[in-house]
Amino acid sequence: MDLTKPYPIATPETAPFWEGLRNEQVLLQRCDDCGTWIFYPRSNCPNCLSTRLNWHQVSGEGTLYTFTVTRQATAPHFVDEVPQLIAMIDLNEGVRLTSTLVAQETDDLKVGAKVTPVFDHVSADVTLLRYRLA
Amino acid sequence: MKLEGKAAIVGYHEYPHIRKYTGKRKFTLGQWADLTRLSLDDAGLEARDINGIVCTEIRETVSFTPATIVEYLGQPVNFAERVDLGGASPVGMVWRAAAAIELGLADVVVCALPGQPIPSNPNPGPVDPRRFFQSSSVNWGSPQAEFEIPYGNLAQNCGYAMIAQRYAAEYGYDPTAMAKLVVDQRRSGALNPNAVFYEKPVTVEDVLASKLVADPLRMLEIVMPVAGGAAVIVASEEIANRCKHRPVWIKGFGEHLTMKTPTFAEDLCRSPVGPASSKAFEMAGVTRSEIDACEIYDCYTITVLLTLEDAGFCEKGEGMEFIRSHDLSCFGDFPVNSHGGQLGMGQGGGAGGMTQVIEGARQIMGRAEKRQLKRCDHVYVSGTGGIMSEQAALILRGD
Repeated sequence: MDLTKPYPIATPETAPFWEGLRNEQVLLQRCDDCGTWIFYPRSNCPNCLSTRLNWHQVSGEGTLYTFTVTRQATAPHFVDEVPQLIAMIDLNEGVRLTSTLVAQETDDLKVGAKVTPVFDHVSADVTLLRYRLA
Repeated sequence: MKLEGKAAIVGYHEYPHIRKYTGKRKFTLGQWADLTRLSLDDAGLEARDINGIVCTEIRETVSFTPATIVEYLGQPVNFAERVDLGGASPVGMVWRAAAAIELGLADVVVCALPGQPIPSNPNPGPVDPRRFFQSSSVNWGSPQAEFEIPYGNLAQNCGYAMIAQRYAAEYGYDPTAMAKLVVDQRRSGALNPNAVFYEKPVTVEDVLASKLVADPLRMLEIVMPVAGGAAVIVASEEIANRCKHRPVWIKGFGEHLTMKTPTFAEDLCRSPVGPASSKAFEMAGVTRSEIDACEIYDCYTITVLLTLEDAGFCEKGEGMEFIRSHDLSCFGDFPVNSHGGQLGMGQGGGAGGMTQVIEGARQIMGRAEKRQLKRCDHVYVSGTGGIMSEQAALILRGD
């Protein structure tokens, strides 16, 4: 069975985000009409449905909203990553995203901790946005 | 716009919940027909009385589902609906049936959810590894395929674990209280012959000693997948009054959705069942204190805790104390999942939430045998789909 990692495949809407990560930059969309920061990238603002969205570089820094330590893989594709440190990160701009934490000691992980981006170049084409404690 | 409360659950059938099904296998369509026959029998109705169906997905087709079922049953209908709300579907199906009946579209509506394995395909083809992603769509362009699955945030365990972890940070967490919830439900489940854990109660120590799956959730706080399946018949007032059992009137409902992936919930500790339940109580004109039993969707212990709080049975942050200070078994002062819940019965796939609807009806009809509550006129039922993504509530009443 083919258990290669299910890496993301960029779409016309999301390509700038993935291109940014390859260059170790975090790019977010922002609505020109209502000022809302947007994640994940999309064609219409989830606050006012405007299509006038533009890309802005941000620090990528944020806080740990919540996390878990998996004791069994969430799918066979992730067996080599157990215990997976799956997390939700609140970026300083107010958007939330899914990530994984790069950490040696899980005891140090606390909800509300400051976190900083780790650009993980998993293949020639794909960089994933992981996090570590700041 | 509200229900008049003049449609009722008049009959039901629930397959026994079995860990390893060894009986005769039927296709989903065959199970649909069989569940329809058995629940019509239970109500005292006949095949030709049916004029509406509400279904979910079936294994034999990806689309045109209601027409495929109607053709197989051989019964023409005036109302056909396919509901796609995950674990909230059973509650969603029942209120849609009631609404269709009150609008005069139909007067006998079958809501069925097959949950047994189908015959083995002699030409199965290769296993698609994407099946491991379960309810997370891997289709190109799906937000989950791009922003969740690559990080391993998929299936249910890790999402519910992250809800529990956030709750712990905001309000505190008592693993012993969560274990007691399982113990109380399993005490009721031990008296339910349809339950996979019939005659198998557990102790707080058993729960706390069970394997950690995703912090802080342990194995016995998570439903066990089983073979199951269930159906209910919803009928008009005129028909309900001549069926076999005490009619179970559908007095109020609510439904609320905000996201697919919990990453995009505004507040993970305040679930959509809050607004859904408020609407249901308001529509029914019933207060929380009038409720005799709560049948709460319980894929995980944390789901029940949040539902008790968000539906207004206790304050936010007080759920753990509420569980500690009440006996939640069918013998207790505040019965929750008097059938054992899905934690006690096992989860028959998408049919799991129908066990909550049926137990509500069973208690009001007075048919719960050893688990029968002394008085049961008002029941609160909740349904939860995905990871607190789509939630729905019902208020049932016996006159």
